[in-house]
Amino acid sequence: MSKLRIATTSLAGCFGCHMSFLDMDERLVEFLEHVEFDRSPLNDIKNCGPCDIGLVEGGLCNGDNVHVLREFRANCRVLIAVGACAINGGVPAMRNHFDLSACLEESYLNGIGVENPQIPYDAELPLLLDKVHPIHEVVRVDYYLPGCPPSPEEFMSVLGDLLEGREPVLPKKLLHYD
Amino acid sequence: MGAEENRYAFNSNTFDMDGVEIPFKDGQTIMDAALAAGIYIPHLCHHPGLTPHGSCKLCMVDIGNKCMSSCTTPAVAGQQVSNNTPVLNEARKTITQLLFIEGNHLCPSCEKTGNCTLQAMAYFLGMLDGHFPQFFQRREVDASHLTVMLDRDRCILCELCVRASREVDGKNVFAIAGRGVTAHLVVNSPSGKLADSDLETSDMAAHICPVGAILIKEHGYEIPIGRRTFDLHQVGEIGLEKVIQAKARHTNE
Ligand code: SF4
Ligand code: SF4
Ligand code: FES
Repeated sequence: MSKLRIATTSLAGCFGCHMSFLDMDERLVEFLEHVEFDRSPLNDIKNCGPCDIGLVEGGLCNGDNVHVLREFRANCRVLIAVGACAINGGVPAMRNHFDLSACLEESYLNGIGVENPQIPYDAELPLLLDKVHPIHEVVRVDYYLPGCPPSPEEFMSVLGDLLEGREPVLPKKLLHYD
Repeated sequence: MGAEENRYAFNSNTFDMDGVEIPFKDGQTIMDAALAAGIYIPHLCHHPGLTPHGSCKLCMVDIGNKCMSSCTTPAVAGQQVSNNTPVLNEARKTITQLLFIEGNHLCPSCEKTGNCTLQAMAYFLGMLDGHFPQFFQRREVDASHLTVMLDRDRCILCELCVRASREVDGKNVFAIAGRGVTAHLVVNSPSGKLADSDLETSDMAAHICPVGAILIKEHGYEIPIGRRTFDLHQVGEIGLEKVIQAKARHTNE
């Protein structure tokens, strides 16, 4: 049986969903017999190629996030929004209560302990979006894996279904948003 | 006349829900009769003993192909009611999604998580995401009161606090004002602030909120994960109100 290719990325994420994925612990060893990784923070591949599954943690907070998300959607057969941030913006979306300029001014100009106050403007830096958005507002999402983060059991359940060619169905007892 | 029809002839005060015969008293709603018979109809704005409100629409049932709120519809003898059907539960899930995207329900940072009836309802209905675009509304937080705070971002306008305050506490602390999507909870005090109301932590209104909109200050995250109400129970259990109310009260408030 040929291996499934999986790409993973963290947009406006905290890497907690990736850590929870790794919390599969020794079960990862068996898992890796059935999958291989395309672009992921766990390896050195720079761009996402054609894949079976894309796991996206984090919402969208800057231009680069949108670019990466579109690359994933273009290449992944099944795209999964992983974790609260990808699903509804998550805790980072609390900044949507404030003007972007107010956030930047607080962080880079007026914040306690700021030295040489200036808002970073180098062209290398991706511009922040006005608001944080869930990923389904920009691309089509095939499946959602809730939780902040989802438990390793949730990853196993959904990826297990996909590995066996089934439509994923998350058992209700694994469902949580926190 | 077959045995089937005969049954109703002998006991006229019953109706049929999902094939189960449910007795009712004259004037009782479908919701109250079902709960008394130990059958769950999903609900958020209904609370036994308080005047029905009919705002959440989770409790809708099919009566002869017509969708009705079971918390406001009186039971009628011989009625055929459908409640636990895939179509109704799917519609209930959609309504729950609307409640989530309309407010800012960021459960990972909410003190009510694990003890929240809205969240438990979403689990019960198998909701994975909000489906619709988020509103990301900004509503006023009122932290003026010494012991109670109000985060309107999570309010689902169920009016449980409004009714509890009027009908049980004998006060009139809360009301809903505004129209359409701008409808919001207000405090009936001269300044509009909780601090200037006569709300006390001993009031039912301070504890009845099914979500994390009305919270008791300095009592955050006290119950360990695994011991919270909906770690131990699911929302469809009958008589859970008592458990929820007992848990909502803190020992040294
Ligand atoms: S009120 Fe309930 S659904 Fe809303 S954020 Fe808090 S726990 Fe989640
Ligand atoms: S504050 Fe709570 S109890 Fe009052 S209307 Fe809002 S959700 Fe309902
Ligand atoms: S419980 Fe009937 S409408 Fe809310």
